[in-house]
Amino acid sequence: MSTTGKVSAIIANLVYVEVDGPVGQNEICYIKLGDVNLMAEVIKVIGKYAYVQVFESTSGLKINDTVEFTGHMLEVSLGPGILERNYDGLQNDLDQMDGIFLKRGEYTEALNQEKEYEFTPIASEGDQVSAGAWLGEVKENWVSHKIMVPFKLTGEYTIKSLAKEGSYKVTDTMAILTDKEGQEITVTMIQKWPVKRPIKSYKEKPRPFKLLETGVRTIDSLNPIVEGGTGFIPGPFGSGKTVLQHALSRQAEADIIVIAACGERANEVVEIFKEFPELEDPRTGRKLIERTTIIANTSNMPVAAREASVYTAMTISEYYRSMGLRVMMLADSTSRWAQALREMSNRMEELPGPDAFPMDLSSIISNFYARAGYVYLNNGATGSVTFIGTVSPAGGNLKEPVTENTKKVARCFYALSQQRADSKRYPAIDPIDSYSKYIEYDEFQEYLNENISQNWIDNILKAKNILIRGKEASEQINILGDDGVPIDYHINFWKSEIIDFAILQQDAFDKIDSATPIERQEYMFNKVLNICDFDFEFKNFEEVAGYFKRVINALKQMNYSEYKSENFKKHEKELGQILEERKAEPVSN
Amino acid sequence: METKAFQKIYTKVTEITKATCTLKATGIGYDELAVVNDRLAQVVKIRGEDVTLQVFSGTEGIPTDAEVVFMGKSHTLKVGDELAGRFFNAYGQPIDNGPEVSGEEREINSPSVNPVRRQQPSELISTGIAGIDLNNTLVTGQKIPFFADPDQPFNQVMAMVALRAQADKIILGGMGLTNDDYLFYKNVFDNADALDRIISFVNTTEDPPVERLLVPDMALTAAEYFAVDKKQKVLVLLTDMTLFADALSIVSNRMDQIPSKDSMPGSLYSDLAKIYEKAVQFPEGGSITIVAVTTLSGGDITHAIPDNTGYITEGQLFLRTDSDIGKVVVDPFRSLSRLKQLVIGEDTREDHGQVMNTAIRLFADASNARTKLENGFDLTDYDKRTLDFAKEYSRQLLAIDVNIEIDEMLDVGWKLFAKHFKEAEVGIKKNLVDKYWPKQEETE
Repeated sequence: MSTTGKVSAIIANLVYVEVDGPVGQNEICYIKLGDVNLMAEVIKVIGKYAYVQVFESTSGLKINDTVEFTGHMLEVSLGPGILERNYDGLQNDLDQMDGIFLKRGEYTEALNQEKEYEFTPIASEGDQVSAGAWLGEVKENWVSHKIMVPFKLTGEYTIKSLAKEGSYKVTDTMAILTDKEGQEITVTMIQKWPVKRPIKSYKEKPRPFKLLETGVRTIDSLNPIVEGGTGFIPGPFGSGKTVLQHALSRQAEADIIVIAACGERANEVVEIFKEFPELEDPRTGRKLIERTTIIANTSNMPVAAREASVYTAMTISEYYRSMGLRVMMLADSTSRWAQALREMSNRMEELPGPDAFPMDLSSIISNFYARAGYVYLNNGATGSVTFIGTVSPAGGNLKEPVTENTKKVARCFYALSQQRADSKRYPAIDPIDSYSKYIEYDEFQEYLNENISQNWIDNILKAKNILIRGKEASEQINILGDDGVPIDYHINFWKSEIIDFAILQQDAFDKIDSATPIERQEYMFNKVLNICDFDFEFKNFEEVAGYFKRVINALKQMNYSEYKSENFKKHEKELGQILEERKAEPVSN
Repeated sequence: METKAFQKIYTKVTEITKATCTLKATGIGYDELAVVNDRLAQVVKIRGEDVTLQVFSGTEGIPTDAEVVFMGKSHTLKVGDELAGRFFNAYGQPIDNGPEVSGEEREINSPSVNPVRRQQPSELISTGIAGIDLNNTLVTGQKIPFFADPDQPFNQVMAMVALRAQADKIILGGMGLTNDDYLFYKNVFDNADALDRIISFVNTTEDPPVERLLVPDMALTAAEYFAVDKKQKVLVLLTDMTLFADALSIVSNRMDQIPSKDSMPGSLYSDLAKIYEKAVQFPEGGSITIVAVTTLSGGDITHAIPDNTGYITEGQLFLRTDSDIGKVVVDPFRSLSRLKQLVIGEDTREDHGQVMNTAIRLFADASNARTKLENGFDLTDYDKRTLDFAKEYSRQLLAIDVNIEIDEMLDVGWKLFAKHFKEAEVGIKKNLVDKYWPKQEETE
């Protein structure tokens, strides 16, 4: 018999329950309020009292109302049918809910129970298997969705029977496994997993080393992220965060996109809901939404479920990683998640840490980021979860606990700059403040050397140096005036402008410019850095700006042309002529 | 407040603090209302038999033998067409000497809209103020605050928006209004003959501050009635949200909660979001648009209240006194309506976007010229012309007392371009210039 209890105290959405049996930390229970059940999670146990946080409003709840414990933690249902769904933070299917308003206590099935999928076996009867092993696959949209041995099982099992090729519902029995004692375990397409626990059914998690192409030049060419890497974006409001996220989900070399809209504006989520079904997936020619899942817990939805939403999204990401897929997860914004933690810790009357956030904020954040990564599965296949979170620093001040703690764990930092956004230099990622720690990884350098180019990292360092010199020059020019500095300062400034205009800036709305394949990036990057190596001769500073604007224009025209097309070559030739004019000769250094 | 005969009366209060009192009672629901010696109170904590009530008007003079009656329900508002034209206090009781409203009783604090049921905002709401309609167009379902210093005439601007906005219902939620401001609103609405579409919920500085926490929910419950049941376009005006947040911090302080930034409660973001996110475009036509006022202290937008607000709302509007013309204008540089691109050139004339951007660019040129002048540099002919342009642009368009239709604003814009600049200097698309550039005789 499962444990039951009675409500003994209510403080907003924190409820004390007097229990009559064993309860576990983080166990889920349902509180009966009239004819609705309110879902809640145990967050503390003292004696016979369990402190539970209710995921919904407790208005009208009374002392002695009955509570039923489920015996498990907050779980999500994993199986075919997750893609293309819009879930709330607790994996309720928002489209299945009736009416305009969210009703309290309304929960839905996460997966369509009626739909049939074409199953093809991968394993065979008699095989020895363990958790996460692939038994067979079904087609979920165009994704090959693996049906796996449940992650909860430990040890070795033998496949006693396996379903034949054919159509099955998610609840049908797909396999029967036997353990060493001969006990039988039935496997369907659905399995459950507690969201706060990482899925670890893989062999090894090496340091990530494979470049994740995003087609966004300022990322790939200057601050590259890797498959299974982590990054964060602090977004002051109005700096083009949304456009950048869309670009990443559209172009990044990922198979699955998971978006956690966590505590942000509802109208922004509506934009994703409306746009993604329209956006074309450049790689498959189908719609982007077909390989996307959205977890929406907007700022006005219950705070406790907001906390759960990022875990729900991460668990779904890990599930698809176990199928050998590359998953890209975006969370906007992790600050709202941290605030949810703060509200709860406050109600629990815990001693607060900095800015009233819970003391263990830093470990919560680092544990979460640690769930991303590149893995070798037990069958030798690889998969990855690349995670990029945004933070919303209060007052735009990066010295606040969420940003600081994120900085400790996320390996890439993409600083969106208000100044760049104001001057319409998009994407507004500041090239100097941003960084990628992955360029220091030997594995990554080796990978680049072997697969892309010998001098990629050198180019990055060189370009950054030119940008810094350009920035210094422009400051000097602003202080001393155009004619108060040597001509070299102007040239240095304009060299950095060439990198800015030809590499960093990218037109997200232009069909060709919006996504740049890595081969093309390499070509252009080399070309631009080559120009920066030239010595230019000018008589006075007035000649400088006009000349370099022509150089930039030729480069931009190349960016807008199909790679290596007639047009591209025409502009390239033009560029060559312009460079000739100033008798350019390579600097010997 | 009347009590019913069968209701149990408790008379043993065990604990009294500044804002709350505690007594032993059973069968009480969370959030339930109670009356403590004629004062309205709400259950904020239940621990076994100990029920803690927050007394909205404060606990001064409450004795331990006070009569406490529980009402078995949370805050409600009677909704119906009769609401129109009326003034209510924070509890939804009439304060205009009119009769009680009859109608369906609804709990305030309704659930959130399912995000997948929302429509993308797409309809323009015009206010006649060019600083808004031309440069920062409002869209139904949007939420946007004025960030204003206390000495700026934001109440006048709000009243103006209320009178001019093309909405079916205007609902004013006044929090911590001075009595003078309340009378000002009442006067303006009475005189303008617009009362039949205006509803006001008012908490003045004479009322207890904690009461004002109810005002937004009351106003938004009424708004949801008209937007959902009647499919109307509703505009909700909330002033002043800073005072609302101050009341939140008072309550959380009295409840012994640990404050976070700027002594605000840690839940400030969620508390504000719950209100602002009521702004929505419903699928069946109705909509709720929220225009709020957040007063700043010395223009500081990094304070917790404006900062959290900025992350929730879709843009912000700044007021500024333009010394050139001695009038209050909507600052074209710092103001931003995030949803404006959804309607500009779609709902409005094709030249809207270009006229807007060009005018602001020229206005920015003028401000550079002014800096030059102040630093003692010589002005070029172009600089001088931008200064002349800026002055007329402020007077004829930006000033909040200008009240014209959007098409007329665009025409004025073109007229000013033609008066001060050559076609090539404005850099507008050729086909638009050909179509809209005023002919010689029109520019005198």
